[in-house]
This record gives sequence, structure tokens and C-alpha cells, in this order.
Amino acid sequence: MTLKETKAIRSWGGVVREPHFVAAPARRDGVGDVFDAAAGMDKTLLAHGLGRSYGDSCLSPGNVILETRGLDRFIAFDRDTGILRAEAGVSLGEIMRVTVPYGFFPHTTPGTRFVTLGGAVANDVHGKNHHVAGSFGENVRAFGLLRSDRGEVTVTPDSEPELFRATVGGLGMTGIITWVEIQLVRIASSNIEQEIFAIKSLDHFFEVMEENTPKFEHTVAWVDCTARKDELGRGVFTGGNWSSDGVLEPHRTGMLNAPFTAPGFALNPLTLKTFNSLYRWRQLSKAGRSKVPYTSHFHVLDAIKNWNRLYGKRGFFQYQSVIPFSTAKEATREMLTLIAESGQGSMLAVLKTLGPIEGRGWLSFPREGVTLALDFQNKGQKTLQLMNNLDKIVSAAGGRLYPAKDGRISADMFQSGYPDWQRVETLRDPAISSSFWQRVSQS
Amino acid sequence: MPKHYVILGATSAIAVATARRLATKGHKLTLLARNSSALQEIEDDLRVRGAEIASSHAFDLAQETGQAAILEEIAQTGGPIDGLLVFYGILGDQARAETDPAHARDILQINFNSAVDWILPAAQLMEAREQGVVLTISSVAGDRGRRSNYVYGAAKAGLSTFMQGLAHKWAAMSKELRAVNVKLGFVDTPMTDHLDKGGPLWAKPEGVAVSIERALEKGGPIVYAPWFWRWIMLAIRMTPNFVFKRVNI
Ligand SMILES: Cc1cc2nc3c(=O)[nH]c(=O)nc-3n(C[C@H](O)[C@H](O)[C@H](O)COP(=O)(O)OP(=O)(O)OC[C@H]3O[C@@H](n4cnc5c(N)ncnc54)[C@H](O)[C@@H]3O)c2cc1C
Ligand SMILES: NC(=O)c1ccc[n+]([C@@H]2O[C@H](COP(=O)([O-])OP(=O)(O)OC[C@H]3O[C@@H](n4cnc5c(N)ncnc54)[C@H](OP(=O)(O)O)[C@@H]3O)[C@@H](O)[C@H]2O)c1
Repeated sequence: MTLKETKAIRSWGGVVREPHFVAAPARRDGVGDVFDAAAGMDKTLLAHGLGRSYGDSCLSPGNVILETRGLDRFIAFDRDTGILRAEAGVSLGEIMRVTVPYGFFPHTTPGTRFVTLGGAVANDVHGKNHHVAGSFGENVRAFGLLRSDRGEVTVTPDSEPELFRATVGGLGMTGIITWVEIQLVRIASSNIEQEIFAIKSLDHFFEVMEENTPKFEHTVAWVDCTARKDELGRGVFTGGNWSSDGVLEPHRTGMLNAPFTAPGFALNPLTLKTFNSLYRWRQLSKAGRSKVPYTSHFHVLDAIKNWNRLYGKRGFFQYQSVIPFSTAKEATREMLTLIAESGQGSMLAVLKTLGPIEGRGWLSFPREGVTLALDFQNKGQKTLQLMNNLDKIVSAAGGRLYPAKDGRISADMFQSGYPDWQRVETLRDPAISSSFWQRVSQS
Repeated sequence: MPKHYVILGATSAIAVATARRLATKGHKLTLLARNSSALQEIEDDLRVRGAEIASSHAFDLAQETGQAAILEEIAQTGGPIDGLLVFYGILGDQARAETDPAHARDILQINFNSAVDWILPAAQLMEAREQGVVLTISSVAGDRGRRSNYVYGAAKAGLSTFMQGLAHKWAAMSKELRAVNVKLGFVDTPMTDHLDKGGPLWAKPEGVAVSIERALEKGGPIVYAPWFWRWIMLAIRMTPNFVFKRVNI
């Protein structure tokens, strides 16, 4: 097999758009050939799912990318027990369409359904129910892993405990995941009973969370990053519980398309403020209780395809931290103050508490505490500087950053946040690497 | 109501996209293709997506004899055949076909002769019940011969004409008998992997599958997918020869 150099591959943030050699095997037994091709070209290999990671963990310019979307077959689904096995390129959305009519749902879903099973495992993704459900790895029973040194290995928590912990959240470093078996959870309805109300300040956020976390299976808050002083931390709380109304209808597949790549429209303090006020007003116009289909609750942004292009040609960064409860309040206050002062605020800032169930991977991001996710239009040095300053607050508070969202973290910052990272490096498939890993594994 | 569809060439990318739509509706499928391990994967996938798999069979569809008996057995196992869908085919290599008669014969045998071998006995079964659909996948390449692929084009033209005739016969017999020939333009599948893809003329298998499913349910006798090829091919057929001969397509 020869690989031709193709057009630039990007991740969701679109800051990096570099050429890669691309292979897209149509079947599982074509994956081995891609290892051979990469080795023959003296290049490293990296799996790439739906490219919903924001930074460079799914990129490796000049090297070989294995697109997994051709591995899109279901293998087995037991409609009594809810155990599902599918190839690694199947997306969570496709799973929902198949399993919802039988009253089953993935035990957690990130804020988009356009993620592959392989990507969900490799980032050990979490959702609005983290406080009760933990992260995606919780429901993973087994997976197939193809490695350059061992061939195809079936990994279960019992059969290969180390490889399991290295691969869940392992950023694709331990091999190519070919299939995954998960345990789905029962739902009595495809609808969510949702409640929305205003949060007045950061202190109020913490009160709201304490009071409402036990009441809702799914919780999240949006924060207005332009608010200051007394209003700092103001935002909108959304909580949800599965309905029991017996309706079992999967989502539809159509969606709007963001019409164009915005010509880098100016996100200045004024437009940001306007956006945030409008967004807040729009959310609060829905305040109160309502019953909505699951996708309106979980996957708000999926309604507009390619919304990321609205950030323009230079793309944008995401920044997601988690900070332990003991230091969370003060650190979050500092971060929000810094952002509001910088005038580089974020359009969609999300604040949420994560629960005590620890991720099963050595590099699983979620841990008990408060997570803040922000996006910043890429304005070069200025934006990088802001994020470096945020890093200092996160570090001092004993927090860490989410690799799925990152495209610039320093090796120091990564290694101190993930003390077990070397165990993953030890089990890394020598044929595999990524831009992200190159950067963060430096000594 | 679930129907029993027999899919020839079930491993084709376009067949898979179509079968997934049929699976979601809970139809009963019988699958035939030559690559047994690929077929097994597709069978599992379709079952999870909601299909009932009546049976699946792996052999070379162009070399087989005894089609009538095989189809009867399929009808025994899975119930009367409501639809026969013919997807398999090869593009072949035009340059090679011009100097290697065996290759030219292969292109004709796979795309045309063998298709007829399957369709005629299936049509017999359907005529006996006075109901059923035969759906074939042809190509716009059959609408006018061109230097880049006229052996393939001839085979597809043969298939199109054959289906037109069957549709003509059935129109006089029963509303419940339909012969549907779908003429595809450029589709991004393994068959076209050697070409540069992209641009507005290229469709995805999932896209043409929507048209194919609709044609299966109520279309005929000639369906272009995507629809605009009907007008492109009209223009190409109308182009006078003194102009056409200068066009390098
Ligand atoms: C709108 C939006 C909302 C989001 N919300 C959340 C959220 O709420 N919670 C959350 O946790 N995340 C969230 N994310 C991030 C997203 O869930 C993760 O980045 C996810 O991993 C993306 O999956 P993917 O299939 O696109 O993988 P990619 O981004 O293509 O790849 C991600 C990583 O997985 C590896 N990988 C992919 N497939 C395989 C395979 N078969 N074998 C081995 N390694 C593989 C890649 O090498 C890479 O390291 C969100 C993203 C977006 C765009
Ligand atoms: N793609 C296009 O642009 C395009 C345009 C017009 C028409 N079409 C037609 O669409 C149909 C489907 O093609 P596709 O695009 O989906 O390409 P594809 O994925 O390559 O499918 C072609 C299929 O035909 C099978 N096949 C070929 N010879 C066979 C034989 N002797 N016995 C059994 N199976 C055989 C192949 O099986 P193996 O995998 O085992 O080889 C393969 O599954 C074909 O009839 C093609 O002519 C395609």
C-alpha cells in the first residue's frame, strides 16, 4: 500500500492545518497494512476518529493518520442485556439511533454525539452525568487493540489490566482500537425532564450545585465570561432527568450547516458582551421546566454542523481545567476575573462539578471537583499568554487540563497534572505518536 | 410490512449503504457476495441495525450456474422474494480491455451476462406471484459511449436496455411487478478510488442510497441518482458528434 500526501487535516479548533499521509481502511483486517505502510515510510502512525478533539491530540503533521470512519460496523447487540459490540469508528450518535428504540443509551455522552467509540475510549470522555456515572471507561467491557509489537490483543480489565488502564484515556498511544464492547444503560424514555434557571454569581453557582446535584442526573452551567465584580460567575443552570413517559424515539440525522468559514469576524470585548448577553437572555427565555428530546438536552451544538468554522481561518483554542473542591471556588474566581479583564472572553463557557468516581485510565481527565471549559478565538501570542496565565492558577490550585481540548500545554504542566503519564509512555506502541504526545512527553 | 429482499453484491459500498436503510425498517434480507469474511461482517452489522437475515451465501456471482435453483432455495428459506437488487459490478480497465479480450469478456460477463442470468429466473418467480421488484444499478456511462470506458459502458447499456424491456413487459402485466434501473453518476466508493474525487458531481454512497431506497419502494423504470444526471446525460446525448469527438471524457 502506498499513501499519498493529501490536503491539510485539522482538528476541531482548526489552529493547526497541516498535510498528513492519510489511510482510511475500509475493514478491520486492513489496519495491519497501515502499520506496515507507515513503517515502510519511516513515519509514525496515529488514529483519527471524527476529529472532535480541539487541539493536536488527533494530529501528527507529516506522519500517517489512520482514519477510523471506515470501521463503522456493528458487531453484536444483545437487546435484553444492553451489551453492544461495534467497530471503533462507529459514532455514539449511530449507536443511539440503533439502541434507543430498544430502551438503551450509552451510560454517558459528551456534548456532541459526533464522536467515535475509539475516540470516546481514548479520551475517556465524560458527560453531564459525571457526578453519578463517572466517565466513558466505566462501561467499557472489552476492546480489540492492534499493536505493532503484539498484533491484535483483546483487552479486558481482567485479562490485560495494565493495557486497559493505559488505553482508556490513553490518547491513542497504546495501539489502534479496532472494536469496543460497552454496557449500555436502560432508559424508560428518550425524553429528558429539564429545568433551567438563572445563576446570579459564583457563590450562587456553588450553592446551586450543592443543592441540585443530588436532584438531577444531568447537570451543567453556562457562565457569562464577560460579567465582572458582583455578577462574576453569573450564568444559567440546566439540570435534567430521564423521563419515564415510555416514548423511545431516536434523534433525526438532519442538521443545519454553518454556511461559511467566517472571515475571522472580530470577537472584541463589545461583540463578546453582546453575544453573552443575548445567549443568557435566550437561555433564560426557556427558564422553568420542560420536556425535551435527549439530543436537545445533551448535544445543543450538534444542531449546527461545522459551527467551529464561525471562528474564522485562524481557528480557536479550548481550555478545560478541573480543580479539586478544596481550592475550586477561589481558583475559579481568579480565572474568571482574569478572563473578563483580558477582554478575550469566551462565547461558550461551561462550568460543572465532577463526581467522585475516578476514571479507570492513568490519563483519565475527570476527577472530583469543578471543571471549567472555555473557548478563545486564536489571536496569536495574546491568547497563548492568557492561557499561560490561567495555567498558573490551575497549577497552584492542584488542578489539571483536559488533553482532548488542548493544543499548547507545556510538558511540565501536563506531567505534573498526570503523574502516571510515564506508565502510558512505557506501554506506548513504538509505532505510534502524535503532536500532542511529542510535546508533553519531553523531559 | 417487512419485505424479503435479495441483495446480489452485498459487499459493494453502495449496497451496504442501501441495506442499512432497509435494515432500519426491519426488512428481511438475503445477502450474496464473493468475499465471505467481508460478508460476515456486513451480515452482523445489518442484524444489529434491525434486519432479519434470512441467509447469506458467498460465491462468485459471475461464474455461478444454476441460478434458478439457488433462487428457489432462497425463497424456500426466507419466503417469497419481494425484491431482487443487483449491485455487484466491476469498472475494469479500458486500456487493458482493448488488448486483452479476456478482460473485456470479464467486464461484459460480470456487469451484463451474469446479471441477466440472475434476473431472468427471478423474474419467473415474480411473474408467477404477479408481484415483485427487480432493481439494478447501472451507470450514466451506458448512456453514450466514451473513449475512457466504453466496454464497461456497453455492458451497462446492455443492462439498461434489458431492464427497459422487462419494465415494458411488466407494465402490461401487473402494477405489482416493477423493473427499476438506477443510473448512477460518480459515487465515492472503492470502485472509483483511483480517481480524483471532490467537486459537486461526486455523491456519497449514503446519498445515492436514499434515491435507491425510494426507487425500490415506488420508482421506475429509469431513475437517475443524483437526479441532475438526467439532464447532464440528456445534454451529452444531444451533443452532435462533430463536437463530442473533440471532448476528452
Ligand atoms: C461540541 C463538542 C463538545 C464536546 N463535549 C465534550 C464533553 O462534554 N466531554 C468530553 O469528555 N469531551 C467533549 N468533547 C471532546 C470529544 O468528546 C473528544 O475529543 C473525543 O475524543 C472526540 O472523539 P473523536 O472520535 O472525534 O476522536 P478524535 O478527536 O479524532 O481523536 C481523539 C483521540 O482518540 C484517539 N483515537 C481515536 N480513535 C482511535 C482508535 N480507533 N484507536 C486508538 N485511538 C483512537 C486519537 O488518536 C486521539 O488521540 C467535545 C467536543 C466537541 C466538538
Ligand atoms: N461508484 C461509482 O461511481 C459508480 C457509478 C455508476 C455505477 N456504479 C455501479 O454501482 C455498483 C456498485 O459499485 P460500488 O460503487 O459500490 O463499488 P464497490 O464497492 O467496488 O462494489 C462493487 C462490488 O461488486 C462485487 N463484485 C464484483 N465482481 C463480482 C463477482 N464476480 N461476484 C461477486 N461480487 C462481485 C465486488 O466484490 P469484491 O469486494 O469481493 O470485489 C464489490 O463488492 C456497480 O454495479 C457499479 O458498476 C458505480
